[in-house]
Order: sequence, then C-alpha cells, then structure tokens
Amino acid sequence: MKKDKLVLVGNGMAGIRTLEELLKLAAGKYDITVFGDEPYGNYNRILLSPVLSGEKTIKQIILNDLDWYEQNGITLHKGKRVISIDRARRRVAAEDGITEEYSRLLLATGSSPFIIPVPGHELEGVIGFRDIKDVDAMLAASKQYKKAVVIGGGLLGLEAANGLLQQDMDVTVVHLLDTLMERQLDKTAATMLQRNLEERGLKFLMEAETESIQGKGRVQSLRFKDGSEIEADLVVMAVGIRPNIELAKHCGLHCERGIVVNDTLQTYDPRIYAVGECVQHRGVTYGLVAPLFEQARVCANHLAEYGIGHYEGSVTSTKLKVTGIELFSAGNFNGDEGTEEIVMQDAAAGVYKKIVLKENRVEGAVLYGDTVDGAWYFQLLRDDTDISEMREQLMFGQGHLGNAGHGGENAAAALPDDAEVCGCNGVTKGDIVKAIIEKGLFTLEDVRTHTKASASCGSCTGLVEQILADTVGGDYSVAQTTQPLCKCTDYSHDDVRNTIRQEHLTTIQSVMETLDWRTPDGCSSCRPALNYYVISAWPDDAKDDPQSRFINERAHANIQKDGTYSVVPRMWGGVTSPSELRAIADAAEKYSARLIKVTGGQRIDLFGIRKEDLPAVWADFNKAGMVSGHAYGKSLRTVKTCVGSEWCRFGTQDSTGLGIKLEKMTWGSWTPHKFKIAVSGCPRNCAEATIKDFGVVCVDSGYELHIGGNGGVRVRATDLLCKVATEQEAMEFCGAFMQLYREEAHYLERTAPWLERVGLAYVKESVIEDAVRRESLYKRFLQSQKTARKDPWKQIAGDDKESRNFSPIKMVDTASN
Amino acid sequence: MSEWIEIGALTEIPKLGSRIVQTPTGDIALFRTSANAVFAVRDRCPHKQGPLSQGMVHGNTVTCPLHSWEIDLTSGGALPPDEGCTHTYATRVEKGMVMINLKVS
Ligand code: SRM
Ligand SMILES: Cc1cc2nc3c(=O)[nH]c(=O)nc-3n(C[C@H](O)[C@H](O)[C@H](O)COP(=O)(O)OP(=O)(O)OC[C@H]3O[C@@H](n4cnc5c(N)ncnc54)[C@H](O)[C@@H]3O)c2cc1C
Ligand code: SF4
Ligand code: FES
Repeated sequence: MKKDKLVLVGNGMAGIRTLEELLKLAAGKYDITVFGDEPYGNYNRILLSPVLSGEKTIKQIILNDLDWYEQNGITLHKGKRVISIDRARRRVAAEDGITEEYSRLLLATGSSPFIIPVPGHELEGVIGFRDIKDVDAMLAASKQYKKAVVIGGGLLGLEAANGLLQQDMDVTVVHLLDTLMERQLDKTAATMLQRNLEERGLKFLMEAETESIQGKGRVQSLRFKDGSEIEADLVVMAVGIRPNIELAKHCGLHCERGIVVNDTLQTYDPRIYAVGECVQHRGVTYGLVAPLFEQARVCANHLAEYGIGHYEGSVTSTKLKVTGIELFSAGNFNGDEGTEEIVMQDAAAGVYKKIVLKENRVEGAVLYGDTVDGAWYFQLLRDDTDISEMREQLMFGQGHLGNAGHGGENAAAALPDDAEVCGCNGVTKGDIVKAIIEKGLFTLEDVRTHTKASASCGSCTGLVEQILADTVGGDYSVAQTTQPLCKCTDYSHDDVRNTIRQEHLTTIQSVMETLDWRTPDGCSSCRPALNYYVISAWPDDAKDDPQSRFINERAHANIQKDGTYSVVPRMWGGVTSPSELRAIADAAEKYSARLIKVTGGQRIDLFGIRKEDLPAVWADFNKAGMVSGHAYGKSLRTVKTCVGSEWCRFGTQDSTGLGIKLEKMTWGSWTPHKFKIAVSGCPRNCAEATIKDFGVVCVDSGYELHIGGNGGVRVRATDLLCKVATEQEAMEFCGAFMQLYREEAHYLERTAPWLERVGLAYVKESVIEDAVRRESLYKRFLQSQKTARKDPWKQIAGDDKESRNFSPIKMVDTASN
Repeated sequence: MSEWIEIGALTEIPKLGSRIVQTPTGDIALFRTSANAVFAVRDRCPHKQGPLSQGMVHGNTVTCPLHSWEIDLTSGGALPPDEGCTHTYATRVEKGMVMINLKVS
C-alpha cells in the first residue's frame, strides 16, 4: 500500500517537534518531506542566546542532525524556501523549482523579527536576532567593532545585549518605555533588573524613540526623536516578531495576525495543519516554545488519526536566560482592582517576590533573585488551586508547607510528582523520576535525551539536577552547591560541623565567634542546629543549651495550638501493664487531661496539660516507673513492635523483645531529626518496619536490617542494609548506623533525604564492609548514650529551680491594658 | 499611685528565655535578652494567638513557637513579611529587680 505523504514547511522547533511526536505515535504512517530555508538540520533556537554569550557552541544546540532525518526516512530539503502552495493539486513548490505533493501539509514557518522601517534600516550592520545567521553576524561584528546598540528592552533584546557584552562590546539598550520587559515584569522587578544589568556594564537609554539610522554602507550612528544621537557599529532590533503568514495567505488560507487554526490545529483547509509561532489560535499568537510544544502534541495526535487531543490555549511563564540573573514571571502579574497581592522584598539580598491573588487563586507572579518556587506558583496558577489553606506559607515557598524543615532546603524533594518541572516541554517531576529509575540514568544529558526536561531553554536545569541527585543519591557525580546554614552566616552545615570538630568547639557562642556569625545570638534556625552539632560532636564536654531548643524540647512535651501541652510517657516496645495504665489514668484525672489518645507510635498521649502542671505530672509518672517518651524531640521516638514468635503463629523471632532491647539502648539519644525504629516478627511486617528510619524484619534465619524509611510527608520505603544472624548484631548495626547519621547528617535532615544525599553505597561501606569503622561508631554511640540516657522529666521534676520556670513568675491582680 | 509593679529578680528569668506574669486580663511574657535587656509583651502572637513566651529569643526578637513568626520585642510588631502587632509594656530593672508598668507602653 502506498503511504500517505506528509509535507512540512519550516524546519524549526514546532514543526520538528510535531514530527517527533508523530513518530512516537505512528512511525510508519507517512512518507515525510521537510522544507526548511535554513541550511542546517533542526536546532534549538532558544539557545542562540547562550551561543552569543559564548556559553554554548552551535554544535551543542543542534537538536536533530542530518542522521536523524535519514534514520527516520525523512527527506530534508534544507536551504530551500517554499514559495507557493497549490491546494487544488495538493502540491508545494520551492524557490528552485522542486515540487512535492502532499496528502497532508503542515505549516510551521515561525516568525520573523520586526524591523522598524526607519530611514537607514537596510544598512549593513542592522539586524534582527532570530537565527544562526544573525548570531554569526553579531559574533563577526564583535571581533571588528566596539559599539553595539540593541533596540528593544524586552526578553530577546536583553539576551542579545548581554551576549554582546560578553563578547566585550560596549552595549547600549534603547527602550521606548520607562521600564524594561514591561510585558513580563512589574515596575519593582524591572528596576532591580535594570540596576543589576547596569552593574554588569550595560547602558540604557530609556524612553527613547529611534528616528533614523545613519551610515555609509555600514551603520555609524542612530538618531532619536529628541534630536540626540549615539554612535553604533552594530544595531540589533529586538522590538517584536511577526508571524510568517505570506505563504498561507497567498494560497487563500484564512489569516489574521497569524494563520488561523482550530483546536485540532487545522487551518480552514482541513488537509493543512499549522503549528508554532505562525499560528493564531482562539485569537492568540504565541512566542514561547511551551505552548508550541503543546500544539505539536495535539497536532501529532490528530495526524496519527488518534483524534483525541484538543488544544485549548496555554498560559505561559517566562524566565530570562542571562546567567546569574534569576527572574520568573507568569500570568497577570500587575494585578487590577479585583486582585490582592502578597509582596516580599529584601533589597539587600536582591530578592523580590510578588504573588497576585484573586478569590484565593494565584493569578500571576513575579519573582526576582530567588525563583526556586516559580514552578510551584505556576502550577497553582494553572491548576486554579484554592490557596486559602496555605496562604500564610505561600510566600515562603513550597518547602515551607506543613512543618518546615524535613526536606532541608531541597525544593525538588518537596515537589509533588505532578508538578511541572520543565515548562517548555511539559515534563513533570514524576516523568523525570520514572525515567531515571526505569532507564537507569545518571547524567543530566541522559535525562535531557530521555525526557526532554531542560532540553529547551535550560532554565530548569538546576531543578532537574536536584531531582537527579535526589533520586540516584550519591551516585550522582556533579558536586552539590552548598547552601549557607541560615541567614546569619555564609558557612554551610558541613563547614560548621567540621570546624566544631577540628577546633574542639563546645559552645554555641564559640562557634559563632570562630565563624564570624553576623548576628549576636543567631536565629531560631541556627541556634538549635549549633546546639545539636556541639553536643553530638563533644557529648562529654559540651553543655546543652535549653534556650537554643525548640519549645517542645525545652518543655519536654508537645505544645498545642492553645498553648497547653501533650504528654507521652515511654511505653517500651509498645508493651504496658495494668499499673502503668492505672498511673496514666490517675494522671489524666488529676491534671484534667482533655483527651486521652492512643498514638500512631503505640503509646498513650494525654492532651491539654497546663504548662505549670508538667513537672508534677512527670513526678507522678516517675513514681510509677515511667519516663519521657521524647514524643517532642529530634531524638529517638518510638520502637514499634508486633507480637512476634512469642504469640503469633507466623512469628519467626521475638520481635517484641528485640524492640524493647533496641529502645532501652537508643532512648534519650539526640539525632539530627527524629528517629523511629520498628521490629516486625515476619515479612508480613505488622509493625511497618519498612517505613522507619531503622527497621528490622525478622525472618527464619535471622534479621533483615532496613534503613532510611519515612512515612511522613514524602513516603519512602527503606533500603535493605544487610541481613544478620543474631540480636546482638542487629543491635550493633543499629547503633553504628544511628551514630553515622548523628555525626554526619545535617540538622533537620531525616535519614531518608540524608541517605539519598550520601548514597546507600556509602552507608554500606561505613557500616557493613568496614568492620573496624562499625565497631568504633558503635562504641561512640554507646559512649554518648551514657550521658544521654537520663530521664529529662526526672531531672526537672526533682529540681525546684527548674520546675519553677514552668510557672508564672508572678500573678498580679491589676488588669493590664 | 505608682503604676510600677515589682515582678521579681532578673535572675529568675533565664538568659535568652522568658517567664510569664499572669494578670486578670491575660498573660504577659517577660523576656530577657543576651544583653540583659527585659521586654514585656502580651503573650499572644498576632498570628494565631500563639504563646510568645514559649518562643526562642535572639537579638531583640522572639520567634513564635507555633508557626515561626518573628516578633520585634521593642515594638511588639511582627517582622516583615508578616503583619500584626502585640501589645508591649514598659519595663525597668532596678537593683536586680524587674519592674513592669501595666499602664504605660
Ligand atoms: C501524637 C502523634 C499522632 C497521633 O495521635 O497518633 C503525632 C503527633 C505529631 N506529629 Fe507525627 N505524630 C505521631 C506519629 C507519627 C507517625 C507514625 C509513626 O511514627 O509510626 C508519622 C509517620 C512516620 C514517620 O515519621 O516517618 C508521623 C509523621 C510526622 C511528621 C512528618 C515527618 C516526615 O519526616 O515527613 C511530622 C512533622 C515533622 O516532624 O517535622 C510530625 C509532627 C508531629 C507533631 C509533633 C506536630 C507538631 O510539631 O506539633 C505532632 C505533635 C502532636 C502532639 O502534641 O503530641 N509527625 N507522626 C503520633 C505520636 C507517636 C508517638 O507515640 O510518639
Ligand atoms: C534568541 C532567541 C531566544 C529565545 N528564547 C526563548 C526562551 O527562552 N523561551 C522560549 O520559550 N522561547 C524562546 N524563544 C522563542 C522560540 O525560539 C520560538 O518560539 C520557537 O523557536 C518558535 O518555533 P517555530 O517552529 O514556530 O518557529 P521557528 O523555530 O522559527 O521555525 C520556523 C522555521 O521555518 C523556516 N521557514 C519559514 N518560512 C519558510 C518557508 N517558506 N519555507 C521553508 N522554511 C521556512 C524558518 O527559516 C525557520 O527555520 C527565543 C527565540 C530567540 C530567537
Ligand atoms: S498529629 Fe495529625 S494534625 Fe498533627 S501533625 Fe500529625 S497528622 Fe498532622
Ligand atoms: S501563632 Fe504565632 S506564628 Fe502562628
């Protein structure tokens, strides 16, 4: 059977993407011919900016080389311009006379830079910024000449200007209005941007309208409406683009600003499709790749005769590709009467964020200086998410949702799977993670090739790298950029830990002095971290600083929203007795607990206890032989167990007994984040050991040890560390693993993200393969437990002065204002 | 009549810590900074009434224990980007004793 013929006019980004999508869906369906008037294969137009600035080469931005066309049986007529379409005969003709017949025709002719028709615009040295030819012209000029003028202070103009600056030209940007990038930025962000660019050496002439260009053969100068002049050896016009519609118009297709298409990307002639910048859909033309790629998907779907896709228009977001400048904008960022704004500005840090809200929905956003959360805001905008629940945290970004801190500063980890990471190609985090796992990818290049994430404009590269690092852990080779511990210092967690060890620093104050802290007392982020770091490094010498602990750890109970506390006594391995239950019941009555609840950690919680009663409650519990459950601490929480071999018909070992032993060994220990253990008696795993920081699953022949599980915000099943034969070994490995985590993880980094950061291989090496290291870790663990395994309740309840601090200093009967 | 009330010894308030003064109209939080300055504010965070006395003190600021708003103890105002204010009271330390004035702020 003879195949249908598909002809594509325009060898650019939208057209070729449509073919790629089509080949995925229906590879052999068409004989495909492509006409392109540029003399190359298909390249990534977006990355012309980094080519101009010297950060990339042409070779690096080629998307499909000539082999690709050949391998896919595509005939490419490169360097050939199509000049006419004969719709009656279904034939297209190129300049040099070649003709091709089609059964379906796809127009993807893109657009051309608009050249302002002022006198002199045709002089040599006056160009647009659209293709390789233009970049070549600019690079050539930069070698020969000094002065460049870019007309247009929009996205494209600024990228051109930055590129020319990198090529050592003296660059002036001429802009008609008084703010840059007015279509993407509000005034504040635009001003910050302009200041930043000026610092880099760009010059600006604002509110200047070009009247004419002078020169003999080549441009020499520019004159403005106000009569002033400026010298120029090169003029780049970046004032807008015009869809290339002449070809379509000539053959009688309906065009307005662009070639008019419907939701299946068909023109008024249903055999002829059009995608890309040349089309007008529902009255809108686009100038960014993300919407064009969405069009390409739908169009391919239709060409493959699947007929299920519909294109309904796109919301777009933008980023500026100037290295070192972080800028993001989306939606209605200026706001109007019906909208409200949340604004955050830190001029010193060069950060500005504005979120425009309407009826509890994100309408638009401008971010300058810190754009990590751009993807998230954009998703909220596109999903039309009701944000009333998270309004207070919205400005701080996704990492702050819920309880701050568990993911560290890692924005990638906080992203849900359906969050769009690469806006250009519509790739979600889930797509990326899946590809990494299923295809065993290790490098950014691999991820690009397999998912197209970050393969277009590249501005999501950092996020993609983070996801890669998160997913493959320590095997990922590119160095992680280190974040300062908090705003009081430039040093990272690791810097601080190392210094504490090397300099034998045992107090928070001495760390701050040694490392030139910017604030006298630090802040609520660094003080708890420093306190933890000194006591974990020097358990015998360092003194705990209660004032540097979060209130729960200071009050040894959990603060509730009404200011009262909850109290959880330890219940070893989840096992209790009538006398313990009686003591709990008595305390509940005596101190009017308002709720008694069995926790998710196999013990009992008393809620609504007044702070001043805490020492007395504890004294009562101590009398009944009970100690603090540390339900409040960055410390060992619970050791959950199942009944095990003593009772259960499937039990293989005494899981309850081992759980209790583990808990007696580990309780009271301070850890970077909370630490949970569980022991299940058989692989049915009733104690859920495989989502714990350390989990033991008993089997007939011994004990499987599992690490790095997490059941919280982001569920992570454990990795198998190893199998051991005896309880004693299980305990030794547990202690060694905990000690490694204690000594090396960042404060507030739970075992799961820590493990993903350092890699399972590293932990295995330290705890299993290197027996000497394991023994010394275990020894250090036991050593530090000697001081830690003291009941804080007993210490406070037995100390009058300490107990007094839980009560008001004074009661006065004068009413206060 | 003097409006100043003697509360107790400065040493009764832990450094970088706080104690509460109970009054018929609600608790007042007394804070002692690392420079031994004493501040008194109503013990209710402008956000959701969190007990500021249970927060962490640094500089002249306390971080609310419930959702980490930062409150400037000199003015009672929340630090940007948050907005809101809690009432402040005048304090002074005389011969090691902390005095508070419930009328003047
Ligand atoms: C009481 C309890 C709920 C219950 O009624 O069952 C509870 C209560 C709280 N959990 Fe939990 N969690 C409780 C079991 C769990 C469990 C289940 C478990 O341990 O098997 C999980 C999931 C397992 C895990 O941690 O991997 C759990 C995952 C979390 C998380 C998320 C942790 C994460 O890494 O994603 C937080 C937030 C945090 O720690 O930053 C949290 C935080 C909290 C806090 C401390 C929130 C806060 O900061 O105030 C709650 C304190 C309430 C209070 O005053 O007691 N709670 N929490 C459970 C106490 C168990 C105990 O006996 O100690
Ligand atoms: C320097 C620069 C930076 C950019 N940065 C970004 C960015 O960061 N993010 C973003 O989303 N977008 C960016 N864009 C825009 C993006 O590149 C375009 O939206 C996209 O390339 C448009 O794709 P297209 O296929 O519609 O057009 P094109 O990629 O222009 O492809 C059209 C092709 O058709 C050819 N053609 C036209 N007429 C004919 C004819 N009659 N016969 C044969 N061939 C013909 C043209 O030569 C061209 O090769 C940038 C553009 C430039 C120039
Ligand atoms: S106890 Fe319930 S409400 Fe509180 S943190 Fe845990 S899941 Fe959330
Ligand atoms: S109540 Fe203080 S921050 Fe929410």
